[in-house]
Parts: sequence; structure tokens; C-alpha cells
Amino acid sequence: MIGESMYQELILEHYKHPQGRGLREPYDAEVHHVNPTCGDEITLRVKVGDAGRIEDVSYDGQGCSISQAAASVLHELTAGSTVEETLSVVDEFTRLMQGRGQVEADEDVLGDAVAFAGVAKFPARVKCALLSWMAYKDAVVRSASR
Amino acid sequence: MTYPTSLDVERIRKDFPVLSRELPGGRPLVYLDSGNSSQKPTPVVETVREHLAMHYSNVGRAMHALGAESTEAYESARDKVAAFIGAPSRDEVIFTKNASEALNLVAHAFGPHLWGSSGEGADPRFALGPGDEIVISEMEHHSNIVPWQLLVQRTGATLKWFGVTEEGRLDLSNLDELVTERTKIVSIAHQSNVLGTVNPVADVLRRAREVGALVMLDASQSVPHHPVDMAGLGVDFVAFTGHKMLGPSGIGVLWGRGELLDAMPPFLGGGEMIEAVWMDHSTYAPIPHKFEAGTPPIVEAIGLGAAVDYLQGIGMDAIEAHERELTAYALEALREVPTLRLIGPDTLDRRGATLSFTLEGIHPHDVGQILDDSFGIAVRVGHHCARPLHLRFGIPATTRASFYLYNTTGEIDALVRGLHHVQKVFA
Ligand SMILES: Cc1ncc(COP(=O)(O)O)c(C=O)c1O
Repeated sequence: MIGESMYQELILEHYKHPQGRGLREPYDAEVHHVNPTCGDEITLRVKVGDAGRIEDVSYDGQGCSISQAAASVLHELTAGSTVEETLSVVDEFTRLMQGRGQVEADEDVLGDAVAFAGVAKFPARVKCALLSWMAYKDAVVRSASR
Repeated sequence: MTYPTSLDVERIRKDFPVLSRELPGGRPLVYLDSGNSSQKPTPVVETVREHLAMHYSNVGRAMHALGAESTEAYESARDKVAAFIGAPSRDEVIFTKNASEALNLVAHAFGPHLWGSSGEGADPRFALGPGDEIVISEMEHHSNIVPWQLLVQRTGATLKWFGVTEEGRLDLSNLDELVTERTKIVSIAHQSNVLGTVNPVADVLRRAREVGALVMLDASQSVPHHPVDMAGLGVDFVAFTGHKMLGPSGIGVLWGRGELLDAMPPFLGGGEMIEAVWMDHSTYAPIPHKFEAGTPPIVEAIGLGAAVDYLQGIGMDAIEAHERELTAYALEALREVPTLRLIGPDTLDRRGATLSFTLEGIHPHDVGQILDDSFGIAVRVGHHCARPLHLRFGIPATTRASFYLYNTTGEIDALVRGLHHVQKVFA
């Protein structure tokens, strides 16, 4: 049973009860990202408020538990933070995911997202975890260039 | 519960060392992914090793003892494959890299036929341009879709396709409208790599003959599992691939009617495919070598010969019967898994030992991951290189179990237990 460590309770919780799912108005930017090898996809919107604070990240998509739970965790982590703060979380999450299981996760930065640490050991699944986070980064860049 | 089966599976399993191997964490291996690629029996491994160790040299061109031994072994692999598939002539067996290359080779024969040393020799059956049509189906592997897409892009011809019924059968209701005087070739799977469906070749062939179209079969999923006879099938081209039939990867086969292969332009140019070369033109070797440019996959072909010997030693009838028993058992067993939706025929009628399905609310990647990590069960998850077919059924992916001569009903029980566990994790 090596792999079930990937399916942490927290991940399953987010998969079964996704937070903030559904596309909402208003928004500054909308992006659509797909993972061509497995067909996972996500449409994601961001609304940035005063002083660069994230007012809402809304999303809809389909895919495996890892990709869906990652979107739900992303929604929670970004709420109320500044764009800058969230981007440093995205960077840390990316570093963790691409670390082949060798990278120590910084729990202070990542919060609930540390639950995905086990995914890093499965190269085929890393892109599932990163799908929504990369979409978010893209959306933020686009909202800033509006 | 184990069903009686006509094969001595326990003995067969001993020929496949990997099947008794343990995966990390002490998991036994349950290999249900032969539709993707099969495992290799000891005689194949040994034949390849022995050739590399003691007889290896290039084929065709080396005038010495090893060259002769290598050539003899390579060409006798061709004889074995020819006999195995009932080819009227051994020269009709072209060794390729895989089934994909065999399909591409045939697709490349079509075009505005400007080939030949001085433009002569072009055969109208391979002339293709605007107004001409090619017919495939919605259940094809990408290898039997993309080469034809590329061909119509090159030539301005039109690509058409059979639909697939809800039950997972080829929809022949519009056969006469689809296959017409404009059709140059119909290329379809003999057996679907997702649905398991065995297609009604004779019906398609009859219509194709009425309108003068050629017929190609992608037999990648049928030749490994059933007795298949080229003369009996009556089609024009057949492609299959060595790694799915106990042979090495890197070797595939195109069988074609000799008279057509003679009429076709070469595919790749290079050494061994020529008769004579001048600076401004060349003449080509007769088949099969016309289509085998460069140093071929020598040991891979020899390994495929050994695989064919092994399959024939067991008997394709016995293998087919065994897989049928496994399929019957699996269809029954999977019915007991709640929310499981089988994609493909749910009876034994005209189907092979490939079962694809979805579980409600659980993505196939999660299914495959947990089956592997918790139980060492290897299945394939995804669209299995048949994305259009999955779009047809409105699903992004399926989980696929595919069986071969070495699988047991006990392994199907393990799969069912595994699926129940997956459902518990996501309940
Ligand atoms: C029906 C079918 N056609 C073609 C192929 C392609 O075989 P290969 O990858 O060996 O070319 C496969 C196997 O993946 C297949 O199942």
C-alpha cells in the first residue's frame, strides 16, 4: 500500500466537497487549461479587488481527484490574500510538486496544500495537481495586463 | 471460484518470469494490460539473447558466416509469420517497426502518383486527389486515423467514417452511402482496442468490392488473440504489431496482396530496398525488400518468429477459447460492481477479451492508481489512443482490463476486489 499515501484524507475531502466550485461573476480574467494526455480540464476565473487582494477564484472542470482537489485547495488558499502572496504560494507548491518527492514542504507557506506532497512521487500525476495552479497563475497575469 | 479452462495456465505462467515477480511493497503482479503490450515468454527472450550473443551480424549484405546466419534467421522469421497468418506468399510479409508504420506505409502509397523512375508504373488504384474518399471508423486507434488525415491533407481527398452504435458496434446502417465509387480504401480495426468488438469484415468487404475500393484491416488486437487467415479474410492489407503478441517491441508487420505491393511506390528510401542506383534515379528491389529500407529490426523480427512458434505451440484455437472463458467470467463478475458502466458489447457475441468501463464519480486515473498501488493490478486508464471513440460516448477516459493466454479467473477476482476497494476510498 505505497500509493494510498497520495490519497490523503484532506485530498479526498476536497474532492468530495469541493470549495468554491462553479463559475461566478464578476471576474477580471478567465482561462481554460487542459491536460492533453489525460483529458483533465479546468476553466478558471479571478477577480482582483482593491490593493491587489483576490476577491474570488471560481472554477469549473473535470478530472481526477488530484486535479479537482487541487483546485478546491487553491480556492481556499487564495481567498483574501494579495496577488503577490498567492503567487509565492504557487511557486512553493510548484517547487514541491516538481521535487520528485525529495523536497521538504514548507507548511507555513502551503497550509493545506502540503497534503499533496505524496503526489510528487508520481510523475504521471504531478501535472494533475498543477493544472489549476498553472491556470491560476495564467489568469492572474492576464488580469494584470488588462 | 475458478472455471475449468482448456489451457494449462499454471504451466504457461511459468514461461513468463515476470508474472511471478513481486512489485515494491510485496505486491504480486496482476497483469491485465496485454492489449497495451504483452509480456514475453522465456523462449522469446532466449532466442533474442542467443542471436545477439552468437549469431549477430547485419542481414542481406554481409558475405560471411555470421551474415548468412543472421540473414537466415531473419528470413525464416518471415516464413514463420507468413505461415502463422496464412499468407499466400512469404514475400507478402513486410517487416515494419510496428503497426503504426504499416498503416502509414499503405497511406503513403496513395497520391497523385508521380513516382516511378520515369513516372511509369503508377497504378490507378492508388491515385488519390480531390473528389476521392477514404473511409475509416469512429472506433479506430489514432494509428488508423492520423495517417489518413495526413494523407487527405496532402492530396485534397476526403476522409469519412463509420459511426459506432450505443452497444459499441460498427454502425453499418449507412454502409452504401459511405462506401461508394468515390472510395479508394476502407481501413478499419479488426478488433477494437477499447470496446473489444470484432468487426464484421465480410459485410464491409462485400460493399468495398462492389465499388472497387481496397480494404485494410488494423489487426493489432486480433492477430495476437485469434486464428487469423489472410487468404480467408479476403482483404487487401493487414497491419499488426509484434509487442502485443509476445514478441519484442520495434517489430510490426504489414501483409498485403503481392500484386498490390508490387504496384505500390516504395515508402522509405535507402539501403536494401534498391535494385540499382544511379545519381539521378533508382530501380527498386522486389517485395518484401522494396519496403524494408535500411538495416531492419533484425533481432526483433527473430524474436517475433520465436513468439509465433510459441503461440502455435499452444495453439491459437486454445488461446481464443481460453480468452473467451475469461471474458465470460469477467462480464459476469463486473456486473456485480455497483455503478460500473461497460463501454462495449456486454455479451460474448463477436467480442474479444478487452473490457473497458467507467465507475460513476471516479476518474479512471484514480482507479488505475489505486489498483496498482494497493494490489499490483496493472490496467490501462485514459483514452487508449482512441479519443474520438471516447468523445462518441461522452466520456474523457475509461479503465481497461485486457486478457491474454496467461491470465486467470483468479486475477479477475482480484480486479473486482480492487474495484470494490476503489469505491470504498471514494465513497
Ligand atoms: C488497434 C490498434 N491499432 C494500432 C496500434 C498501434 O500499435 P503500435 O503502437 O505498435 O504501432 C494499437 C496499439 O497500441 C492498437 O491497439
